[in-house]
Amino acid sequence: MDKPFAITLGPGSSLANHTGSWRTERPEYVNLLPPCSNACPAGEDVRTWLYDAEEGRYEDAWRALVADNPFPAIMGRVCYRSCETACNRGLLDEAVGINSVERFLGDEAIRRKWTIAVDAPRSGKRVLVVGAGPSGLSAAHHLTLLGHDVTIRDSGDAPGGMMRYGIPAYRLPRDILDAEIARVLDLGVTLELSTPVTDVVAALDEFDAVFLAVGAHIAKRVDIPAGDGARILDATTLLRSMAGETQPMLGRRVAVYGGGNTAMDAARTARRLGATEAVVVYRRTRDRMPAHDIEVEEALEEGVTMRWLSTVDHVDAGRIRIEKMRLDDAGKPQPTGEFEELGADSLVLAIGQNADLSLLAGVPGIEEQDGVVKVGKDFMTGHPGIFAGGDMVPAERTVTVAIGHGKKAARAIDAWLRHAPYAEPRTAPLATYDVLNTWYYSDAPATVRPTLELARRTSTFDEVVGGLDESTALFEARRCLSCGSCFDCDNCYGVCPDNAIRKVGDHYEIDYDFCKGCGLCVAECPSGAITLRPERT
Amino acid sequence: MPAKTVKFYQTGSFVVGNRLLPIVDRSVQADPDRANSLTCGHRACQGCGEALGARYAIDAAMRATNRQMVAVNATGCLEVFSTPYPETSWQVPWIHSLFGNAPAVATGVAAAMKVKGRGDVRVVAQGGDGGTVDIGFACLSGMFERNDDVLYICYDNQAYMNTGVQRSGATPPAARTATTQAVGPEPGNVFGQGKNVPMIAMAHEIPYVATATVAELRDLEYKVARAMEFRGARYLHVLVPCPLGWGSPAAETIRLARLAKESGLFPVFEAEHGEIVDVSKIRRRVPVEDYLRPQGRYKHLFGESPDTEVIARIQAGADRNIRRFDLLDNSEVS
Repeated sequence: MDKPFAITLGPGSSLANHTGSWRTERPEYVNLLPPCSNACPAGEDVRTWLYDAEEGRYEDAWRALVADNPFPAIMGRVCYRSCETACNRGLLDEAVGINSVERFLGDEAIRRKWTIAVDAPRSGKRVLVVGAGPSGLSAAHHLTLLGHDVTIRDSGDAPGGMMRYGIPAYRLPRDILDAEIARVLDLGVTLELSTPVTDVVAALDEFDAVFLAVGAHIAKRVDIPAGDGARILDATTLLRSMAGETQPMLGRRVAVYGGGNTAMDAARTARRLGATEAVVVYRRTRDRMPAHDIEVEEALEEGVTMRWLSTVDHVDAGRIRIEKMRLDDAGKPQPTGEFEELGADSLVLAIGQNADLSLLAGVPGIEEQDGVVKVGKDFMTGHPGIFAGGDMVPAERTVTVAIGHGKKAARAIDAWLRHAPYAEPRTAPLATYDVLNTWYYSDAPATVRPTLELARRTSTFDEVVGGLDESTALFEARRCLSCGSCFDCDNCYGVCPDNAIRKVGDHYEIDYDFCKGCGLCVAECPSGAITLRPERT
Repeated sequence: MPAKTVKFYQTGSFVVGNRLLPIVDRSVQADPDRANSLTCGHRACQGCGEALGARYAIDAAMRATNRQMVAVNATGCLEVFSTPYPETSWQVPWIHSLFGNAPAVATGVAAAMKVKGRGDVRVVAQGGDGGTVDIGFACLSGMFERNDDVLYICYDNQAYMNTGVQRSGATPPAARTATTQAVGPEPGNVFGQGKNVPMIAMAHEIPYVATATVAELRDLEYKVARAMEFRGARYLHVLVPCPLGWGSPAAETIRLARLAKESGLFPVFEAEHGEIVDVSKIRRRVPVEDYLRPQGRYKHLFGESPDTEVIARIQAGADRNIRRFDLLDNSEVS
């Protein structure tokens, strides 16, 4: 090649200069566990289904959702949203309305009649599920999708368990409940109603495994001295009777004894049945109440009043006597000897429920403790092949926990039926708030769900909390920060001063020939999906 | 007409791309087929703000000119790290002559293109703050005064970094450089007027003057494209943090540029024919201390007994910018 005067070398490209050799730390893409999924008792992959919803791909989002939880429309109404409590966005402005989006997807699925197909080959194994509550139905859903034949037996005359007999219709309309249960049954699950199971061991002759999920629906009693004409009933019976035709007579003034979610449901139901006064009597203070904040707030809005630090001492016709309490240093309520009269036509006891474990009497290997059944991490009881979950095992008693038990037990039962060892799912490190670069997220206040006007809330059983429409649900989904996972924002691709990040198909790759390891991509990644690791030597 | 901001869509237009936006609303840098005018293998330090700013700006100019452009480079880091003989990192026609004559060379290239009847080929000159505010300043002022058809881009890292961090006319007060050591009763660079070239350029009443930082890509790309809509002399001043000279971690380059703007120390605005037409409002205001503290060149202001008096003087400068350029916006949602 002829070169100009005094030029001895032809033009070269700096591509020959592999600056990657300067690097002491290397960036790597990671996929961390977002706090929402970490907190979800049903183990939902929230970030993934929000990602789909962000693009308006609602059916994909719903399918990702039901892979973990078959009841999004129910969850979107009754779940206590531990995901939102854990949501990193709560530290930025307000938590993402995960529950609202879940409900939107669940309702959309019902409206558009999306169905689920069973793709797994039939295993030929048969599993009996005892109890058609959330845990049993969830287990049936997952076991069927894993290829097993499932029969559910329930002593009641309709499926749903506490979702039907414990949760009032103003929180969970029955058409929603029926639609989501029907979808589980449509997978090919056999449901046998009014069929109590009394001999679990005998059932093992007929079935390869049994999953017990009979719940806890026997109301705890407490002895309160009562005079003639005193009207005392328990909350479980009250709520259960709402499914029947005759509604209970509670009177104009109703006192509810207890501080849990059931107490709130009972008081709110009493208001709807015509009580002008519904008073919750609770031994401790509000911050020690087991009821969830949302329920307490909604009860207060509806005119339910609260008597903190009080116990019921005596019940008479038309009135109760309560004793004031004080908290001792250990936080336990202690009597003060001060009494007060309270007008009440009836007293509803909402002081907890026990599981009916009579069907396990005499079953070898089963261990009970504090009125519940002991199970291992794989939800198997001490008797091989008999598994248990939901309210009858030691755990928080919520629908979401029960659904989670159903899923985890189904996976353990599947492993057991296939003679494979039970392996706990591996989890990635948690995506904490400090891994995020929140500069890049648009300011976006949370969307508030519409609520029914108060007059109708205290006179009807219409649903209290409304859902989001498509545009607001989309907005809410897009408030997700995608903590710990790439969401294709191109920041790494853009901010690299060395052009060392490539777009390859639908993902990014780092060209380590040129990456100098400056860490700008890590610092400017909004979601903390890249990390720096020491370079291998 | 400011840069188009996209509201919401999760990350709106804050990020480079954003899959929720139509492709036309994404940045030039999000394009898998971007020009990569300054390609891999260049010898800039880790986390170099100037390498980043130059690729941002020239890629945007390449798109705006349909890749019909010539780049003229002053001597400086950018020239040295990109073209050690016989290598080049430039994927654009590129010429370098001397430290102080880039505006004059650009004038000549533009004149040559005109003579050749290639009015479609646009000229972009670029240099660091040393080549622009000090050494090339007479040529630059002449180019402005003649209104030659050149976009001049200054990548301002506030000192002569290539030769070992000597003070320039753009070095801010109190900053330590090799020639303004952090010793004596008034350590670091003196408080003075400095040389505010964007304002000097505006005084020439040239068609377009703007400032930008590497922390706001969309804004920078918009300003390059907007500048290309004018004929005549145009000036773009881009703040590009320098990990070496500022004594900051390589990964902090973009964050520091952001803090410079959010503290009010570096006002981001655009002006046409000598009048300001738009300013970028501060989104999350921070005290100047947040910007100064991570930088080694201000280390003498902190330590056991922080020099509150000097910090307050720097803060007063930021507050003055905020007043002068009206940098605060009361509507918070963006």
